[in-house]
Amino acid sequence: MRLGLVIDLDTCVGCHACAVACKEWNTSGTTAPLTDYNPYGAKPSGVWFNRIRHYEIGEYPYNKTVNFPMSCMHCENAECVTVCPTGASHKRPEDGIVLVDQSKCMGCNYCSWACPYGARELDRVSGTMKKCTLCIDRIYDMEIPEEERQPACVLTCPAHARMFGDFDDPESPVSRAVRERGGYQLMPELNYDPSNHYLPPRVHAPIPTEGLKKKAGAKVKEWVNRVVER
Amino acid sequence: MATVMEFEDHKKQEIKYSTCYMCACRCGIKVTVEDNKVRFIQGNRNHPINQGVLCAKGSAGIMKQYSPGKLRNPLRRKPGTERGAGEFEEISWDEALDTLTKRLEHIRATDPDKLAYFTGRDQMQALTGLWAQQFGTLNWSAHGGFCSVNMATAGLYMLGHAFWEFGDPDWDRTKYFMLWGVAEDHSSNPMKIGLEKLKRNGGKFVGVNPARTGYQAIADEWVPIRPGTDGMFALSMVHVLLQNEQFDWDFLLRYTNAPFLVVNTPGQKGDGLIWRDAEGHPLVWDLEQQAYVNGMQPGVKAALFGEFQTPDGRPVRTIMSILAERYLDDRYSPANASKITGIPAETIERLALEMAHVAFKESIEIEVEWTDWAGRKHDKFIGRPVSMHAMRGISAHSNGMQAARAIHLVQILLGTIDCPGGFRAKAPYPKPVPPPNKPAQHSAPNTPLKSLPLGFPTAPEDLVIDENGNPKRIDKAYSWEAPIANHGLMHMVITNAVNKDPYGIDTLIFFMANMSWNSTMNTANVQEMLKAKDENGEYKIPFLVVIDAFHSEMVNFGDLILPDTTYLERYDSISLLDRPISEPDAICDSIRHPILKPDRNVRPWQDVMVELGGRLKLPAFTKEDGTPKYSGYKDFIANFERAPGIGFLAGWRGKDGETHLRGEPNPNQWDRYIENQGFFQYHLPKSQRFYRFANKEYLELAQRVGFNPTADPIIIELYSEAFQRFRLAGQGLYDGPMPKDPVDRERLATYFDPLPDFYEPLEQQRIDKKEYPFFAVNQRPMMMYHSWDSQNAWLRQIIAQNYLYMNRQRGEQMGIQDKSWVWVESHNGKIRVQVKLIEGCQEDTVWTWNAIGKQSGAWGLKPDAAEATRGFLMNHLISELLPPKQGERRLTNSDPITGQAAWYDLMVKIYPAAPGEEGTWPTFPTMKPLPGDTPAPDVLRYHTHKPVNLKS
Repeated sequence: MRLGLVIDLDTCVGCHACAVACKEWNTSGTTAPLTDYNPYGAKPSGVWFNRIRHYEIGEYPYNKTVNFPMSCMHCENAECVTVCPTGASHKRPEDGIVLVDQSKCMGCNYCSWACPYGARELDRVSGTMKKCTLCIDRIYDMEIPEEERQPACVLTCPAHARMFGDFDDPESPVSRAVRERGGYQLMPELNYDPSNHYLPPRVHAPIPTEGLKKKAGAKVKEWVNRVVER
Repeated sequence: MATVMEFEDHKKQEIKYSTCYMCACRCGIKVTVEDNKVRFIQGNRNHPINQGVLCAKGSAGIMKQYSPGKLRNPLRRKPGTERGAGEFEEISWDEALDTLTKRLEHIRATDPDKLAYFTGRDQMQALTGLWAQQFGTLNWSAHGGFCSVNMATAGLYMLGHAFWEFGDPDWDRTKYFMLWGVAEDHSSNPMKIGLEKLKRNGGKFVGVNPARTGYQAIADEWVPIRPGTDGMFALSMVHVLLQNEQFDWDFLLRYTNAPFLVVNTPGQKGDGLIWRDAEGHPLVWDLEQQAYVNGMQPGVKAALFGEFQTPDGRPVRTIMSILAERYLDDRYSPANASKITGIPAETIERLALEMAHVAFKESIEIEVEWTDWAGRKHDKFIGRPVSMHAMRGISAHSNGMQAARAIHLVQILLGTIDCPGGFRAKAPYPKPVPPPNKPAQHSAPNTPLKSLPLGFPTAPEDLVIDENGNPKRIDKAYSWEAPIANHGLMHMVITNAVNKDPYGIDTLIFFMANMSWNSTMNTANVQEMLKAKDENGEYKIPFLVVIDAFHSEMVNFGDLILPDTTYLERYDSISLLDRPISEPDAICDSIRHPILKPDRNVRPWQDVMVELGGRLKLPAFTKEDGTPKYSGYKDFIANFERAPGIGFLAGWRGKDGETHLRGEPNPNQWDRYIENQGFFQYHLPKSQRFYRFANKEYLELAQRVGFNPTADPIIIELYSEAFQRFRLAGQGLYDGPMPKDPVDRERLATYFDPLPDFYEPLEQQRIDKKEYPFFAVNQRPMMMYHSWDSQNAWLRQIIAQNYLYMNRQRGEQMGIQDKSWVWVESHNGKIRVQVKLIEGCQEDTVWTWNAIGKQSGAWGLKPDAAEATRGFLMNHLISELLPPKQGERRLTNSDPITGQAAWYDLMVKIYPAAPGEEGTWPTFPTMKPLPGDTPAPDVLRYHTHKPVNLKS
């Protein structure tokens, strides 16, 4: 199994619902709590597994705003695991999820330097590295109703811009979406082979209008009444 | 497979269903509680509104619950201290309510209008309105006047339903969706769910907005428009549709007043009114009978176009003839509209024709037998799959009412009203155009008003003015200055009360309304007004009561503070009598119920209102023996009947709980709601889901359950005769009340156009645009829209400082650097803010996120919070009054028809701050902590249990 996410950039409105749902679930989750620093003060910050970046592409008026959620990509060749001196960072063979064993992590930051996606967050209070677990404590918990055994971000996304599934199964919704919509990996040239994929914005076909145009402009008095029963 | 050794202990947890209140969207939530703490809030999959999803606000509800800014006890301004100094002492509820009761008893027994009761973003207007009516004050309204009353009023005076709660695009079927202006609020999750459906189905999404933010990010086409010119854009599309004969003849003839004949005698009484027979029926010209006939009869074959003459010699024209002649004029040509809107002419033409193509060449049919208003059977619903949505971006201009009407006109010409794929109504809408209830006009000591304070005027006789034509309401709603002010003018209350214009009041109650900060115009001056004293040293607003759950900026100015609960701690009803949550296919309502026990000495304001009703012996809250009728809000909701069988909650009525929509009170009704995950829905039969304005089965149901007084068909009004009556009054041609002040006469004659029209926003007519060249608008970010939660520990990590956004090229031309500090100046004042240069901003526009800026010390935030030191309010630049004009009394900065606050008419100039000038300006003194406040933590490690043991 190769579990991961598909994120649809055609429908992501950048609302941060996924990020907050993730925070909410995981602050009582496997690496709980997710510390917040100065939460009511000058520069609030904290541990988040999922952050939304907003970019503009193109120049006005042909610009577009792109909302880009980023979390751990659960790479096939996870450099963060390779560089970990303690073995805390590991990739699970059975489902490809990359995790950090909190009991082994010494907070050295190597993994966060190795990760090109900025997906790792040091909890300065626990002194350990934390990251997206694909809500491993949701997806395998048989006491959670089956349809809710999904990462919190996927469960909550109001624009249904997030999908979760197995990329090893060619018929899974995530595999199909990638195939049908031209899904791509982020920075494939680095050869980390991330599991997560992004779907590009759809291109809308032009709507024909030529047949509707009248040559001469209408004049009220030239319209002939039609008989329509009220 | 699973190598997780243990999961969290669900046995320690309890799941409860309720309704979110992090904004006005009212999604269903599933709350997991562990040790009386919130473990997880998620969307309820079964709920009609959000279908399982939840936005950032909803998930951040935990941090609202645990905010350090929560109030804990009733508070009194410390005797001997000044208002606004923030010195409070804790008092008991008994003392608080005794004080208030005594004061209110006296007011009610002498002059009930001396109580002004205005509420903010609450969702309980059916109760607050009833309470005010029972108390007998005219001076009540909610916050709609400074929010989106234009949107509601435009729809209700034209279609019988409107955007937001009253209608929705048919997301499952629409193929073309045009979103006008900022709309991240109304509604939040349904809109996101819908946009994804639209895109999945291959539909096109066009965003019309000066800023490419929010939902506009995923628009297939972005139309950067100059703020306040949307009406012209819409009417220019009407021009294109007419010119190319792209309108729905059948729809216009069957369902609208397009064929009605209008008297055309300019300068004479009766001009512009609909020609009627002796019984008052509108007349049309029947093409077959070649005669004038009652247009309300079934089977009439009315002429859509034509000019005729009445037997007594008056010229008459069909409404469609007037309309076509108006909009075919070159004034509305795309070339001319382009100069005003900044949208290229070819774009205007293309977008109009694209919609015509989708409406008429890609129309859809749903095969269902249905019965029209006259009893005729049809075998299908025809759909024109073009839909639109608009909210505050259109609404918050002084030409917003007419702009919203212009947008509806495009929808009507395309035949997209309540049809498959179009803009559908949500119960209890559609209602008659406009709804038949009128505002109360008279108050008297110890007497309830004859009707609710708010209603729908259709003629000058309905105004709430005295015999001299002066306003009777403190906000001047329903006066000549704002005749159709259907949601009041909350933004004028403080100014008018302080100026004793039209009169002084005694007690002002604000519930959930931050009127000394982000919800008022002219913030710095309004704070001064709240503290202003008269020559005797008495406060000009003698007694100020503030009800809030948090230490808001408004709390700082209260004389008496009543602390409310959070939404997870109380009962609430989201009622069909109020702001309903129905969906196009289902009649719905819902509840909240206590999920957590408050750990503070706080009470739900609903309960307090019911108690005050009993203490004051308001008839609806009092038994015949003079004792209180209800033990509290819960009891009131279960047993109150507005009319026989009609209460606040529509589900599980009747003694046995088996009757829906209308039936006797059910003592176990709350339990049934709680058992059913907090909501009720009645699925409409397939035959009642479209064309409800003319759908006999639906109209009969609507009458039976009390939505509408009759089952008569609802006629869509392209042309408003009600508006024309006001216009005649302005022209001196009305048989009835007419204004004396030439200012009012001119405003009525100019702006009460019975057809939608475009005019330059009022403030802009008075501003030197060479000096103030930029339009300045604001909006809320999606993760905070309609939310109070600037104190939210998670949401503020996403945004704790706002910037002034401007077009990059324009900024560079002016030598303004990204992230530099600039001065922004309007006719009303200036502010210092930090700039960000972006591409997604129309070049003549600057904008910012509203309500990020906070007063230092408010909301439980630390005094150095970024919201106070770097965040800012644009409000300081906006005046609640129009710039003065010689020979004219000061007028409200509002829509001249509805009194809608014209937030977005602002014009500004921008120039760099001097080197070293940094930080936001103006600044305000730090609010003092409240008694018993504990400082906010420096580190937060919220969790409900130890981490589950994850081993591999």
